[in-house]
Amino acid sequence: MTRSAARPNRPVSSGRTTELVLVLAAVLTAVFGYVEVGVDLDGEVPAEAAQYGVALGVLALAAHGVVRWRARYADPLLLPIAVLLNGIGLVVIHRLDRATPGREAAAAQLLWSSLGVALFIAVVLLVGDHRRLRRYAYLGALVALVLLVVPVLFPPVYGSRIWIVVGPLSFQPGEFAKLLLAVFFAAYLAVHRDALALTGRRVWRWQLPRGRVLGPVLLIWAAFVGVLVLETDLGTALLYFGLFVVMLYVATARTGWIAIGLGLAAVGAVTVGWLSPHVHSRVVDWLDPLGSIAAGRGANQIAQSLFAFAWGGELGTGLGNGHSVLIGFAAKSDFILATLGEELGLTGLIAVFLLYALLVSRGFRTGIALRDPFGRLLAIGLAAIVGLQVFVVAGGVLALIPLTGMTMPFIAQGGSSVVTNWIIVALLVRMSDDARRPAPAPAPPVAPAPEVP
Amino acid sequence: MAGSRPQGNGPQGLPGISVTGRRAATFCLLLVGALCVQATRVQVFEAGDLDHNSANQRLVVERYARPRGDILVGARPVTGSRPTGGRYAYKRSYTDGPTYAAVTGFASQTYGNSQLEGTEDDLLTGTDGRLSGWSLWDAVSRRHDPGGDVYTTIDPAAQQAAMRGLGDQKGAVAAIEPATGRILALASTPSYDPGDFAGSSGADQMAWNRLRTDSDQPMLNRALRQTYPPGSTFKVVTAAAALAAGVVTDPAAPTGAPFPYVLPGTTTPLVNDSADCDRPGLSLDAAMTASCNSVLGYLGVRTGLSKVVATAEGFGFNDAKLDVPVRPARSNVDTSMDPSQLALSSIGQFDTTATPLVMAMVAAGVANDGTVMCPQLVDKLTRSDGTEVELMKPAVYRRALTPAVAGQVRKLMTDVVENGTGGNARIAGAVVGGKTGTAQHGVDNSGTPYAWFISWAKPAGSDAVPPVAVAVVVADSDATDVTGGALAAPIARSVMQAVLGR
Repeated sequence: MTRSAARPNRPVSSGRTTELVLVLAAVLTAVFGYVEVGVDLDGEVPAEAAQYGVALGVLALAAHGVVRWRARYADPLLLPIAVLLNGIGLVVIHRLDRATPGREAAAAQLLWSSLGVALFIAVVLLVGDHRRLRRYAYLGALVALVLLVVPVLFPPVYGSRIWIVVGPLSFQPGEFAKLLLAVFFAAYLAVHRDALALTGRRVWRWQLPRGRVLGPVLLIWAAFVGVLVLETDLGTALLYFGLFVVMLYVATARTGWIAIGLGLAAVGAVTVGWLSPHVHSRVVDWLDPLGSIAAGRGANQIAQSLFAFAWGGELGTGLGNGHSVLIGFAAKSDFILATLGEELGLTGLIAVFLLYALLVSRGFRTGIALRDPFGRLLAIGLAAIVGLQVFVVAGGVLALIPLTGMTMPFIAQGGSSVVTNWIIVALLVRMSDDARRPAPAPAPPVAPAPEVP
Repeated sequence: MAGSRPQGNGPQGLPGISVTGRRAATFCLLLVGALCVQATRVQVFEAGDLDHNSANQRLVVERYARPRGDILVGARPVTGSRPTGGRYAYKRSYTDGPTYAAVTGFASQTYGNSQLEGTEDDLLTGTDGRLSGWSLWDAVSRRHDPGGDVYTTIDPAAQQAAMRGLGDQKGAVAAIEPATGRILALASTPSYDPGDFAGSSGADQMAWNRLRTDSDQPMLNRALRQTYPPGSTFKVVTAAAALAAGVVTDPAAPTGAPFPYVLPGTTTPLVNDSADCDRPGLSLDAAMTASCNSVLGYLGVRTGLSKVVATAEGFGFNDAKLDVPVRPARSNVDTSMDPSQLALSSIGQFDTTATPLVMAMVAAGVANDGTVMCPQLVDKLTRSDGTEVELMKPAVYRRALTPAVAGQVRKLMTDVVENGTGGNARIAGAVVGGKTGTAQHGVDNSGTPYAWFISWAKPAGSDAVPPVAVAVVVADSDATDVTGGALAAPIARSVMQAVLGR
C-alpha cells in the first residue's frame, strides 16, 4: 500500500510526552473515582485515596518508564488506556467490596494488576523483536491445549470446568491460552496464507484449500473448541472461533471463510444449545430475560443486570449509590459492567466502550502498519481478541446475545484476565514500536561539488 | 468481492492485509456500535419499564433509604421511621397504630401501601416535585428532598371516642365537619396495627398472612370501603326528596299515607316496627319520629324515582370517584326500579347500600343548609421544615337541598332525638338531630341487623352550622337489642360530645 511506502521518510514524534500526560490523567481519573466512592458512601474523602493513587501511579509510571526506555516509538495511547481501564476496574471492585461485608477483592486485584504490570515490563524488555515468537508457535499451541485440558481434572465452578483451583488461588487458563493460540494462528497463517488463498479445488464460487494446508490449523482449532465445549466455557469457545475466522480472513482475503465460519458457528451453537441444559437455559434467558419473573421464579441474573443498567439511565447514580448487591455472586466478574452502567450511566458506559474501541483500533493500526506478515497477523489477532471479548461479555450482560460468562478485559475481577490483558498490551506496545519506528535515516546526500567558475 | 481487486498487494492481486485488516477493524467497530445501541435501548428507552418491574427491588430500596415523612393528627405525628440496618434502611412505625389505621393505612416494605400512605406517597417519600424549588437542578445534582408531612383533618378526641365506642364490636364511624367537609373521625373495627408488617422480615410476613386470612377482616376499612344497607337512616333522604318535590309541604300535616300500605303491583304490605305507625294519614314528622316504613315508602313512590335518586346523588350516592383523597366504595341507589322496589329503596332496603362516609355526608348536608361539602381527610401538606406545600380549601360537592328544605329536615331530625327513636343521642346543652336505622340482612333476614345512626349536633342557642355530623354503623354485635337507637346512637353521641368539647 502507498501508506507504508510513504511512512519511513515522515519524521515521527515518539509520542512519549503525550503518553506521560495521558497516563497521569488516567491515574487521576481513577483516583477521582475512588474518592467519589468514599464521598458517596461515607460522606468524606477516603483516607486510603492517597495510597491508592500512589500505588496506581507507581505502577503506571514504571510501565511508562520502561516504554520510554526500550520502546520509545510505541503507540502512545495503548498504555494510558490500559491504565485507565485497570484503574476503573479497581475502583468498581473496591466499590463492590464495600457492598459485600468481609470481602476484600480489590486488594487481590491490585496485587494481580501489579503482577500484570510486572509482566508488561518483562515482555517489553525481553521480547526485543516480536518475530522471535514465531519459533515458539507450535510449542505455545501445545502448552495452551494442556492448559485448557487441565481444568477438567478440577471440580466445576458455577457449571463450568474452566478453573484451576489451588488452595485460595484460582486461575483460568483459558484466559491465557488465547494469547498462545493467537501466536500460533499468526505464525501458521503467515507462512501458509498464499497456499490457503490460492491452491485447492474450486467448488462453485469458492476456492477450497487443500486439506494438507488447512488440516493442521483446523485440527488444532477444533481441539481447542472441542475442549471448551466439553467444559461448557462457551464464551471462550466463541472467542476462539471468532479469532480463527477473523485471522483466516485477514490472512487470505477469502470472504468465503466468513460464510463458512458463520455457518459452522450456527450449527455448533444450535447443537450445543440443544444438548447442554446449562446453555439451553441461557438461551432461554436471553430470548426472554424477564420470563422467569412472569413465571413466578423471580428475577434471574440477566434481569437483575438489565434492572441495574436501567436504573443508571443516562447519567448513572454516581459511584457507590447503585444497588449492585442485587445482581448477585458474579457482580465483580461477569456482571461488573452492570454496576458500571448503573453508577456511571449510559454516558460512562459508552465512554468505556469507546476506550475499548480505541484500544482495539490502535491494535489494528499497529498490525496494518507493520511490515512482516507474522507481526501484522499477531497484532490484528490480539486486537480482535480484545474486541471480540468485549462484545461477547458486554453483549451478554446487556442481553444482546446469550450470556456466556467471560470477563471484561482489565475491568473485571480475576487475576488470569488482568495478567493476560497486560501481556496483550505489552505485545502491542512492542510491535507498535517496531511499526512506528522511523526507517534509519538515509545517508546524507553528497553535496554537489561547487561549481568552479 | 474476493478476487476482484487486481490492485491488491495480497496473493495474486487479492486484497492485502492492509485492506482485510481494515475490514476486520471495521467489523470490530460495528460490534462496539451494536453494544452502544443496545445500551441506549436498555438505559434510555426500556429504563422506565425495567425500573417499575415488580421484581426490581430498587424502587423499594430507594423508598426506604431515607426516613419517610409523617402523617399527623392534630399536630402530633402518628407515624415514624425507624432505622433497620438492613437493605431497606428505614422502616415505618406507628404510634397508636390500630386507632388510626383507617386513616393512615399502611406502608410496608413488602406489601406496598394503602390509604393516605398510598395516596400521599410521593410527598411522604420526597419525590413529589412540589417539594423542591429547583427540580431540574435537584435532578442533576441528585439531591434528595426529605419526605414531606401530611396533616390530617382528624380530631384526635373524636377519633378516640369513635374507637372506644365501637370497642370490640364490628363497625365503623365517619364524622364530618359540615361547613367544610373536613373528616373529623374515620374509625373501623376490628382494627389492626400497620406496624406489624411494615418491615420485610419473616415476622412481618406472618403478621400479614394472619391479617389477610382473618375472617373478621381487620384490614377492611369499613368507614370508606364497605357498603351496608342504610335502613331507616335513608328515610332522611326520602323525606328531603319529598319536601323538595313539594309532595309534602307541611311536615306536621297529614300526608294521606294509607295503612296498611301495599307495595304497588304486589299484595305485600310494607310492615312497620312500631305500633305507633300502624294508622293511616300520619304526618311526616310523626312518621320520622317513629320511623314508619309504610309512610316513607308511600312518600318515596309519590315523589318518584328520578327525584329520590337525584336527592340521594346530591349527598354522594352513585359516585364512584368520591376521593377524600382515599377512594371510598361506591354507595348505590338504583336508577331504574319499579314502584315496589322504589318503596323498599326509600326506606333503605332493596339494592340501596351506603358507606358510613356517605351517610355522614347526608347528615352533614342537612346540617349545612343543604350544601354538601367535599369530604376531605388532608388538612395540609408541608415540607419537612414545616413550610406549606398545599393547604386544603373547602369545596362544595353538591347543593343537595334548598336551605328551607334543609331546615325542615333538621326539624324532623331533632324531633327524632327529642321525642323518638334517637333518644340515646341526646346531649345536655346541645341541639342534636339524628335518625336511627336497623337494617335487616342475610337470607330471610337471618343475619344480625346492622345498627345505624346518623346525626349532627350544635351547642344550644347557636345559629351557626353544627360543627359535627356523624354516621355510625355497628354490624354483628353481640348485643340482644340490636337497633340503631340502642347500639349506634350512644357511639354517635360520644363522638359529637368529643367535638363539642362537652
